[in-house]
Amino acid sequence: MKGILKIAFKLLVNDKGKFAALLMGITFAVFLMVMMTSIFSGVLRSASSVVINIGAKIWVMDPAVTTVANSIPMPEFVQDAVRSIDGVKYAVPLYSGAATLKLTNGAYQSVTILGLDDTSLLGRPALLEGNIADIFAENGFLVVKDSEISKLNNPHIGTTFELNEHRGVIVGIAKVTANGLFGMPTLYTTYNRAIQYIPTARFTTSYVLVEPKSLEAVQHIKNEVQKMGYLAVTKEEFREKISTYYKFKTGLGTNILIMTMISFIVGLSISGQTFYTFILENLDKFGALKAIGAKSRELIIMIVFQAGFTALTGYGLGVGLCTLMIGLAKMRLPNYASVVTFGNLGIAFIMVLIIAIFSSLIGVRKVLKIEPFDVFRG
Amino acid sequence: MAKTAISAQQLVKWFGVGDARTNAVKSASFEASFGEIFYLVGPSGSGKTTLLSMISGILKPDSGSVNIDNTDIWTLTNDELADFRLNRIGFVFQDYHLFPRLTTLENVAIPLILKKYDWDVAMQEALKYLDIVGLKNRAQLPPFKLSGGEQQRVAIARAIVSQPDILIFDEPTASLDGDTGKKIMSFIKDEILNEHRCVLVVTHDSRIFEYADEIMKMEDGAVTEIEINGEAQWLLK
Repeated sequence: MKGILKIAFKLLVNDKGKFAALLMGITFAVFLMVMMTSIFSGVLRSASSVVINIGAKIWVMDPAVTTVANSIPMPEFVQDAVRSIDGVKYAVPLYSGAATLKLTNGAYQSVTILGLDDTSLLGRPALLEGNIADIFAENGFLVVKDSEISKLNNPHIGTTFELNEHRGVIVGIAKVTANGLFGMPTLYTTYNRAIQYIPTARFTTSYVLVEPKSLEAVQHIKNEVQKMGYLAVTKEEFREKISTYYKFKTGLGTNILIMTMISFIVGLSISGQTFYTFILENLDKFGALKAIGAKSRELIIMIVFQAGFTALTGYGLGVGLCTLMIGLAKMRLPNYASVVTFGNLGIAFIMVLIIAIFSSLIGVRKVLKIEPFDVFRG
Repeated sequence: MAKTAISAQQLVKWFGVGDARTNAVKSASFEASFGEIFYLVGPSGSGKTTLLSMISGILKPDSGSVNIDNTDIWTLTNDELADFRLNRIGFVFQDYHLFPRLTTLENVAIPLILKKYDWDVAMQEALKYLDIVGLKNRAQLPPFKLSGGEQQRVAIARAIVSQPDILIFDEPTASLDGDTGKKIMSFIKDEILNEHRCVLVVTHDSRIFEYADEIMKMEDGAVTEIEINGEAQWLLK
């Protein structure tokens, strides 16, 4: 069998023009498919950045919340009620909102502000500079060092700003796991300072962050919160909820799906047509092989191997190219929202397999139909 | 007396349906022996290629039988028939059908590869046969860099590399000039033919009739005459 595969390999790669066209078609298709889905994954990850960075196991919220950014404030009793549920180890409030800072140079800049529970500081970021205890100091804020920090004129510890006529001071430079989606700098402060500095509606708690006593308690907590008319979801469920919103309610998912399908169809057309031409050109030779004594299954193996080899090589090149492009883009734009995930790679792999199967099928069908007698007849 | 290599009895083949139905071969019978060159001659459309295909196990006759060295080939399954062709029959096609993307050596080794030989062993063996046809020094060239006569010899090397009993040549001189055609036929007669091998040649090139031990003439699907060593044995018309 090895010999037959070697013959098939040589027939394929020695036809340099067609092999290059096949590889380019599949590489391009894979590149587009992985790129599109990676951008989508990146957007989803960025949209869930607060959930990832805060890291709480259970989030309690208004059932109408679709993304972290559009939180609907809840009354303070919700936090107390949650704390009294069996299975809750602790529950703390989180403020999440946007505000406009007036910088020292007089410029204004929109920012995301997260107010952490004053007692526990649950969800606090890791600090690159400064001391976390300084957040309790007068007017203390932490600033996240990400690609957006330059919009605040690259503040350092001690930099001041104005927030609704309140003075703010940077007391720490923090780092987070995931960057936000909307291109705004992020500041952390205490919950009480956040609701004091930023004008809010009657209710102030954006989310209640819950630590369950055990995994078994999670469902009970969810049920009890539901009875109160609110929603409790795990971190993963919240991310899924945000993901579902962007996929199905913003048009983003549909657009990405269309682009991915177009890439798939382009790849399918180029490789299918080129492979078909390749088979047609060698059809008489396959007929001759049949006459000599090759069995149909051996010819099928040759063709499937050729299609599979081309598809997998193109897949590797496409993924490599995509990774290179994302890497280059991230060198220039650190907040570039694109992430290659195993899911993206899996989707592209399945589509490439479909391309390989389709290409093989049209080739196999043609080769099985050729009769050695036709070779004699010319 | 030479042993019978091929015995074809009452072979009939029809093509098409309805008004277009044509009787391509009409009850053809003949015997060819080991150690002889047997010609199948006739004008285009006389049915000789159809007959050749039935004899070589690639086109099933509507009726009749083909015995090769006492094996009724049309009782074999498809896979058995493929194995039979691989082991017992060597083909030299009119257009040679060499793979242009493989080297000459690899083309010759194809039957051995199909017989599951190890790659290196197949190449070594193929090189011996390239040497026999005088093209050892062309082993690494692609076939399209060879002349028509050389390609013909590569096709012959491919046909004999698995040491078949029956060699089938389809219009071996059709694309060669007269001298090259005669050289090829001399080569077949002197170097390829032996007492354990029967060579079947389909041709309408009268310039090479002199190399035949036996000539069977066909016309309109029927065998019209058989000549042995230049003498007509029987005539149908």
